[in-house]
Amino acid sequence: MALHISTGPHLRSRQDTPSLMRDVLIALCPAVAASLYFYGFKALWIELIALACALLSEYVWQRLMKKPMRLGDFSAAVTGLLIGLNMPATVPLWVPAIGSVFAIIIVKQLFGGIGHNFLNPALAARAVLLTSWPSYMTKATVPLRALTLGFYEKTLEGVDTVAAATPLLMPGTDVKDLLFGNIPGAIGETCKIAILLGLIYLLIRGVVRWQIPVCMLGTVALLSWILGKDPMTAVLSGGVLFGAVFMATDYVTTPMLKVGQAIFGVGCGLLVVLIRNFGNYPEGVTYAILIMNIVTPLLDRSLNRKVYGEVKQHG
Amino acid sequence: MAEKSNKPTMRGVFINGVLNENPTFRLVLGTCPTLAVTTSAINGIGMGLAATFVLVCSNFVVSCVRKMIPDKARIPAFIVIIATFVTIVQMVMQAFLPSLYDALGLFIPLIVVNCIILARAEAFASKNGPLLSAVDGLGMGLGFTCSITLIGIIRELIGNGSVFGISLLGASYQPMLLFVLAPGGFITYGLVLGIINAITAHRQAKNPEKEE
Repeated sequence: MALHISTGPHLRSRQDTPSLMRDVLIALCPAVAASLYFYGFKALWIELIALACALLSEYVWQRLMKKPMRLGDFSAAVTGLLIGLNMPATVPLWVPAIGSVFAIIIVKQLFGGIGHNFLNPALAARAVLLTSWPSYMTKATVPLRALTLGFYEKTLEGVDTVAAATPLLMPGTDVKDLLFGNIPGAIGETCKIAILLGLIYLLIRGVVRWQIPVCMLGTVALLSWILGKDPMTAVLSGGVLFGAVFMATDYVTTPMLKVGQAIFGVGCGLLVVLIRNFGNYPEGVTYAILIMNIVTPLLDRSLNRKVYGEVKQHG
Repeated sequence: MAEKSNKPTMRGVFINGVLNENPTFRLVLGTCPTLAVTTSAINGIGMGLAATFVLVCSNFVVSCVRKMIPDKARIPAFIVIIATFVTIVQMVMQAFLPSLYDALGLFIPLIVVNCIILARAEAFASKNGPLLSAVDGLGMGLGFTCSITLIGIIRELIGNGSVFGISLLGASYQPMLLFVLAPGGFITYGLVLGIINAITAHRQAKNPEKEE
């Protein structure tokens, strides 16, 4: 009989990086399905290109740098898919391609690969694309077809675009339109039902804790209400829900402790409301989460719990 | 370094400034103008040459008067000398190169507190002869010029599709605006610095006995 002697930790969990990332991919499925329904093949192409470029960049980098091949942990796939879902339907296909390459090479691999990036790669790439090609990135297309008897029913050929990230300015949108996604926006973020399905799956599987999404959405709703806006519309419009569920819950760039995660969520919500109402940009989810990503190490350090058995260090 | 072990030669001092102790990439000095004015190649070369002129002149003068300057008041004395030459550069540029003057803006008077110039006055000119100091200024200045022109070329090419104002990538190229904005400066500087560090490390690993 072979006796294995090893150091701790001996407690094993069946959760590992590939299984977590696989769960995130599954949670993204409803959003992908909704994007295909609303935007047709155009959405499929955008998502495939973003996905392929992310995986290819990861592969090429790890090959060139002779790093262990980690394509199997699906993290690059998640990054790529998130970038794709954040594009408006009219975007030229090279934009998500550049976004994926930038996210993987510059934001993730140059800082040491998975677990070492200090910014969410997909969000940082989105910010880069937004700054570099604002005209492409802010053109939100109204959906190809609507779920209800749609008065937005239009074809992508006679492209009808609205140059605003939030449909708050669009007349005639009610809560039901916001929920189903009959509004202009990025291909993956408009259908809130699909995103909520993803959130429920992630919560049931224990992939994300409730602290970040709930605190972020709650803060947005509360502050918008204080400012005299409709809290429901504030939460359901733009990229808040998508950001709160898929972007702000990234393990690497968010605090480790529950308290820290709650503060992180509140901070994100506060920044979103501030940027939306007092800033120059119509939507601030990207920058809000990126700023809180940068604050994360400080949160982790200041909330550092005393580890059991730890002795006060001298000198 | 050469100046400690044996007597520094003109050639050694010059090469040292351009390559081995390149102020931007090896000493990481003068990062403020490096990040701020390198939005185009012409801005980079203009800034670099202006700083080179000031560096050569201030190094020469500081070296000439180094015995007269009391040790405790040396920094103010250096600043006065440097500011004199910066004022000359500023006025000449305003008169003959008004477009460059407008593009560089505030960063011309800020050459006064450029840490490359202060560092060379402190570290080299106050310890060496006038001629050698002038050569050191020339080497350091040209090293700085080459570095920020390189960054300027990269940023202008990606962010504007042109180099020195000449369109290279054609009309269909969609410029990546980020690179002519502030984040692009940091990203480009970081990437070029990383590549140069990697090359240096590679060369040192190849022949470890040869000191840089």
